Amino acid sequence: MSKIGIVIEREYMERVKKKSFIITTILMPLLMLLLMALPGLMMVFMDGSETTVLVVDNSGSVATRLTDTPEVKFRPATPDVTVDSAMQIQDEGAVLVIPSGILESRRGQLKLLSNGPVPLAVESAITGQINKIVETERLKGYDIDNLDKIMDEVKSDVTISTLRTDKGDSEALSSELSYGLGIGLTFILYMFLLIYGQMVMTSIIEEKSNRVLEVVVTSVKPAQLMLGKIIGVALVAVTQMLLWGVLLSVMSGFILPALLPDDVMSDIAAVQMGNSDSIGHQDSIELIQAMASLTNVGEVIGLAALLTLFLVLGFLLYSSIFAAVGSTVDNVQDASQLSSFAIFPIIFGLIFAMVAAADPMGPLAFWSSLFPLTAPMVMVARIPAGIPGWEIALSIGLLIVSFLGMVWMAGKIYRIGIFMYGKKPNIKEIIRWISYK
Amino acid sequence: MNILEVENVTKTYASHKALDDVSLTIPEGQVYGLLGPNGAGKTTLIRIINHITAPDSGRVLFDGHILTQEDVEKIGYLPEERGLYKKMKVGEQALFFARLKGLSKSEAQSSLRRWFEKFDILSWWDKKVEELSKGMAQKVQFIVTVLHRPRLLIFDEPFSGFDPINANLLKEEIIKLKDEGATVIFSTHNMASVEEICDNITLINNSRNILSGNVDELRRRYFGGRYDITFEGDHQALMERLLPVAGDFTLPTPDAQGHTRLSLRVNDGVELRDVIAIANDTVALKGFNESIASMNEIFIRAVKDDLAIS
Repeated sequence: MSKIGIVIEREYMERVKKKSFIITTILMPLLMLLLMALPGLMMVFMDGSETTVLVVDNSGSVATRLTDTPEVKFRPATPDVTVDSAMQIQDEGAVLVIPSGILESRRGQLKLLSNGPVPLAVESAITGQINKIVETERLKGYDIDNLDKIMDEVKSDVTISTLRTDKGDSEALSSELSYGLGIGLTFILYMFLLIYGQMVMTSIIEEKSNRVLEVVVTSVKPAQLMLGKIIGVALVAVTQMLLWGVLLSVMSGFILPALLPDDVMSDIAAVQMGNSDSIGHQDSIELIQAMASLTNVGEVIGLAALLTLFLVLGFLLYSSIFAAVGSTVDNVQDASQLSSFAIFPIIFGLIFAMVAAADPMGPLAFWSSLFPLTAPMVMVARIPAGIPGWEIALSIGLLIVSFLGMVWMAGKIYRIGIFMYGKKPNIKEIIRWISYK
Repeated sequence: MNILEVENVTKTYASHKALDDVSLTIPEGQVYGLLGPNGAGKTTLIRIINHITAPDSGRVLFDGHILTQEDVEKIGYLPEERGLYKKMKVGEQALFFARLKGLSKSEAQSSLRRWFEKFDILSWWDKKVEELSKGMAQKVQFIVTVLHRPRLLIFDEPFSGFDPINANLLKEEIIKLKDEGATVIFSTHNMASVEEICDNITLINNSRNILSGNVDELRRRYFGGRYDITFEGDHQALMERLLPVAGDFTLPTPDAQGHTRLSLRVNDGVELRDVIAIANDTVALKGFNESIASMNEIFIRAVKDDLAIS
């Protein structure tokens, strides 16, 4: 095995065997699954708490039209019941008092009496229903013929399906979804670049400060050692990304369908078949579309592959800056100032990526996705919107070229930096190191 | 046969000249002392020999050919500032370094076992380095340095941090390695150990080689013509009587037995026995011997002289 291979093996194995790596790798997808399942779980827990509301209706025309919901059960009070006696009858739940002028006054005031906290859902269920009842009653007051029919015809539930003519006739992701996906992927990349880039830096500082470097470089050329470390850590990042990808696609492919109700799943299947007219109107169309994309394993893998590619290239570029910084200082505290050379561009990349996700074809998005330091994040934000292949290829090409240049420069700095102890060098000195023999 | 030849090597860092036209020759199978005050340029020279940095001018020959990256597998280096990966297990770590030096996994494994048994530290194999004491880690580091049977060993202050028992164990191992044919470059400030184990030395001061040669020869030559007289009696009278035949007297100092000791240089052309006769007539002579400079004295004297010249 070549020496660089031995270095890569050590860097990789040392990190992958760590407990913290194993724990975060397994826990993160579980956490994400939990987040996805949270709304469903909340429903389950809420089912248990049904509130019975005794309705004292002074207007006389509202109480009978209230319908029960999962959260609230309405019980109209008999006419002889007053507010005071109602409180005595009702020892649990609440008493709703509807004022007599509710249909006439613009801002009617309901009263809900309770001897304990009232869930928000109960309050909104009550106001929502009563608002609707009052509105309908008032409309009736105008004496319009065929009112029910008109209301039915007026009702609207518009959705949008964006069809990309440059991509055949296949249905592309809706802008909203690709925006969300772009931002999400950018954040993943941002996190990886920062966490793993700084991992390279701190591990170099550690090697330098406990002087093990002095021994290692008698066997391996400093540049090889640096490259070995960068590649080793990159492989760790890819491993984690792939494991998350696998775990997530297993979840989205098998576990998520099992969790979602059957009718939602059939709607999702309909969208995946390109047949969105048959969707039942009770579900949110955006949610169904998003689910259709997320449970489409092929699409997830395609995106993950591009994400991984940009992650690796971005990481190689940034970690060589982090490596150069790490080699010039003796301890992590001293590194903070110099490491801003790597951290600022990453943050700029994130900001540009936000803009790019909202407007994937704008000039800022275009140019910042070609500029190597911001390209990884901005590209990842743009890709879900479906951009021309040549732009992706050009961006990748530029990234590779600048990564090679950066590694060469970082190697030169690293070679000198690792033997400099004590005084913190300034930028001018560091640049001069590049020309040393 | 010379295993290493350094020819007119110069290395400059920014405005600082770390090595200035340094040449030295190291014969195979010797223990070679590389001496010099702190900051003289020893470490830079060692790094050049280890092929970590390249000289600005001049060249280094290993075994008669220009030193290349492949040659570093035949070199073992124990730096002054010891360092191991703290979180790594001892055995895995030693394997890692051995493989970097070109040993196969199985070769490294069996040879490591031998060394660990020899130093009686086999039980440390699965311990993390951070669990070891400093002295224990030093042993591991020594094994890592010599494991791949390098032809050239470079030890930078190898005894620092060892207790006398382990230092002795180490010294025996170094001499054993030399007897088996390895060449040792020994960089140190500890002059007593230089006298004990070095055959030749080079003294580097202010980035230049100011003194090279065989240890015994140097010790004789450096303070050549000087003698120590130990006696009882009037040192004033003795110095007056000796003035025609000798000079360069040191101040008389009392020794542990209550005798007086004086060092002097015998003038050219004067017979030694005449000097002894005069001394014998004047005082109660207790001893008369040629003064052999200690490496310590040579070191200080050479560095001082160098300072006076430059």
